[in-house]
This record gives sequence, C-alpha cells and structure tokens, in this order.
Amino acid sequence: MIDLLRRAAPLLWDALYMTVLLGVSSFVIGVGIGLGAAVGRLSRFRTLRTVIGLYVSLFRGTPVLLQVLLVYYGLPQLGVEIAPVPAVIIALSLHAGAYLTETFRAGITAVDTGQRDAAHSMGMTGSQQFRRVILPQAVRIVVPPVGNQFISLMKDTSLASVVTVVELTRVAEIVGSSTFRYLEMFVVAGLIYWIICTLLAVGQEVLERRLGRVNA
Amino acid sequence: MSETIHPEPVTARGVIKSFRGVPVLRGVDLTVRRGEVLVVMGPSGSGKTTLIRCLNGLERPESGEIRVCGVDISPGSGSRREIARRTRAVCSRTAMVFQQYNLFPHMTTLANVMEGPVTVRKVARCEAEQRARQLLARVGLRDKCHEYPSRLSGGQRQRVGIARALAMEPAVVLFDEPTSALDPELHEEVLLVMRQLAKDGMTMVVVTHEVGFARDVADRVLFMDNGLVVEEGPAKEFFSSPRDPRTRGFLRLVDG
Repeated sequence: MIDLLRRAAPLLWDALYMTVLLGVSSFVIGVGIGLGAAVGRLSRFRTLRTVIGLYVSLFRGTPVLLQVLLVYYGLPQLGVEIAPVPAVIIALSLHAGAYLTETFRAGITAVDTGQRDAAHSMGMTGSQQFRRVILPQAVRIVVPPVGNQFISLMKDTSLASVVTVVELTRVAEIVGSSTFRYLEMFVVAGLIYWIICTLLAVGQEVLERRLGRVNA
Repeated sequence: MSETIHPEPVTARGVIKSFRGVPVLRGVDLTVRRGEVLVVMGPSGSGKTTLIRCLNGLERPESGEIRVCGVDISPGSGSRREIARRTRAVCSRTAMVFQQYNLFPHMTTLANVMEGPVTVRKVARCEAEQRARQLLARVGLRDKCHEYPSRLSGGQRQRVGIARALAMEPAVVLFDEPTSALDPELHEEVLLVMRQLAKDGMTMVVVTHEVGFARDVADRVLFMDNGLVVEEGPAKEFFSSPRDPRTRGFLRLVDG
C-alpha cells in the first residue's frame, strides 16, 4: 500500500491540482454567470428574462455528464473545437451558473424591500442601490446554498475523466488498471475528494460566522 | 450650497394613485411651506403613507402634479429615464425616516449616516465622517458610532434613521410614522429629537398618530380619510375646532 502510494504520488499531485483547477475556475465563472443572470432575470426586460429562464431550465433539466460530452464531442461537429480542459470548464460553469442564477435570485429578493426604499430615498441610482445595499445583504443570505453548490461542483469535476482530462478520478483509474489495485486507488481518490469538500465546508462555516456576527 | 431656496419646497396637485385597481389617493393636494412642520393624520388606510411616498418617487402616482424643490416629477412630465433622473435629484434634496427604520444592517451606525453623502453626494470620506459624528451626537448617540443597528434599541435605531436623513442636508424631511413601530416608552426619545429639529427650523412632513406631538409642534395639520384630504388648517384650529365630522370622530378616538 505504502509502495503503491509512493509510486502514485506524483500523478496524484498533478491530478489534485487539475481537480482543484477545474472546480475553482468553474465555480468562479459560474458565480459570475449566476450573478449576472439573476440580475437579468429580475430586470424589467421581458425578452432577457425569457432567455435566462430558458437557459436555467435547460441546464438544470439535463445531466451534467451530457453537457460535458456535448461541449467536447458535440461542438466540433459545428466546427468549434475546444481542448478538453476548457471544454469541461465551460460545461461545468454553465451548469453551476444555472443553479446559482436561482440561488442569487432568491437571495436578492429575500432582502427586505425597505432597504431598497431607504437607498432610493437617498437618491442612489439602481446600480448603487444594488452594489451598496442589496448585494452585501444578499451575499450573506446565499452563503450556505452557494457553499453547497461549490461542494457539489468539486465532485462533478470527476466527469472530466470521460473527456480525457487527467484529474483525480482518471488517475485512480489509470493507476488502478496498471497495478490491479483498483480498490485502494478509488478509496484514496475518494478520501482526497472528501478532504477537499471538508475544507470547503469549514471555509463556508467560517464565512457564515463572520458575516453573521456583523448582522445577527 | 448655492441652491435656490423655495418658499414652497413641496407642492402636489390632484394626485391619484391606486394599487391593483383599488384607489388609495383620489385627487390629493398638498403644499409644504419652507420651515414649517406639516403633520398628516388620518385613520389607517387613508393614504397618508402613500402620499408622502409619492413625494420622493417611492410610489409613482397615475396622475397629478408633483414638484419638489422646483423639480417636476409629475407622471408623464418626461420619459421614464428623465423622470427617474429628476426623482434622484429630488431624493438628494429630501430625506425620509421610515416606520421600520430601514437602517442598513451590514453597516455600523456611522457608516449608515455616511452612506448618502459619500455615495450619492460624493462628499470626501473624512468630511462625511466628521459630519456623521456630529449628527449622531446631536441625536444623543455619540457613543454608538461603531455599533451595528442590530445592537441598538428601537428608539436608538430610529434616532440613527433621523441622523442618516439629516446627513443629506435635506430641504425637507419626510417622516413616515416614525414612532409607530416603537414601544410606547421609547416614543419620547424620538419625538424629542424631532421637536428639536422643528425648533431649528427644519421643514418637515410628518405622518403620525402622535396627537401630543402634532398639537405642540405642527404648524399645520392635514387630515385624510379614504384617499382624500378632508380637512386642512393651522394646528391650533384643527385641534380646537375641527370642522369635519370625520376629523372630530378621529380626534375623539385617538385623544382618549
């Protein structure tokens, strides 16, 4: 076992890096998409609302794996060739973005309407109201569900293994198949995912506590 | 400040507003003269709150004329964008104190008071901070600068709300039932600040049920019922010899 791990360690390190890269970049882009789409969905432009509604519905209503496959294997047929890593990041970001759109929309609408009244009555523009008053309070409301989303996304990165990206799951499989030590390798990979997600959960808790102390 | 001083900072004519087909204001006129305290009274649902919310664009009336500090924000007086821009101009010259305080819970009291000047009027931070400290001292909360609103009592919160309103150096302050959410024993600390403000010559429009305050402080009283102004006049006359039977009935009820 020790020997196996020693041999697999360099591969696992690279794989860990790849998994975190996929997870974090998809999350960051997904948050951007979700925030923008949430604001659009609450705007007074009907067409925009409809388009965003359709996006959310499609990406929440189909499997992530299918979305990954579609971007990597499907798009080249339309002449769009994307390397595996960006393809996965695109698919995961869009997927997470759809869920986060709904999360942020809920967070924004949960802020008391009196807050908008107060900001308006000072003469703030719509965007000042949003940045200075609504968003900081919405962020606090959405930390738990967004943390959930991040954790879930971290594990979805394992789907990248089906489009040749060498991340944790793929490395476990490669080492497993060459040594016939599948059990050990998948358990190790599982443990690494678990540690990453535990760290994220702790981070979420710290953030919640810090934001909570301010408002309570 | 080199702003024109308006003898009548607020005028409204024939304001009509309904919510989902239910009429709330059915042609209301209102004039506020500079330096006066106008108290708006009336039973719940009579449209008082809606009326003052129309004065700073929190509600958009269907028709009527509204001018605040010389700026026309009447419905239909320009494009949507144009009216929104003018409404912001009105808001930066008026201020509102809310029944539910509506302080920003993610900011300290000091930051609450600084927010308008810094974000809207682009006052330098240090200058705004100095002014905010003065205002908090004026409402008796000098030692609460760094507290968050959640740690204050209702009366303290509302006093921060008043300091925040004053920070905008408004030509008019609109009070929307400032004591209605407070426990009775906390009313006086807020009313005291408001009395002082009136004495300093601030132009105030106050929607309230506080008869004592109205009697002592109001220059004029406007009584509303069912979306209409039923009676309007100098406070003395209003309380000593109300003309309308509805006013008399209301005063009997609230005066005990």
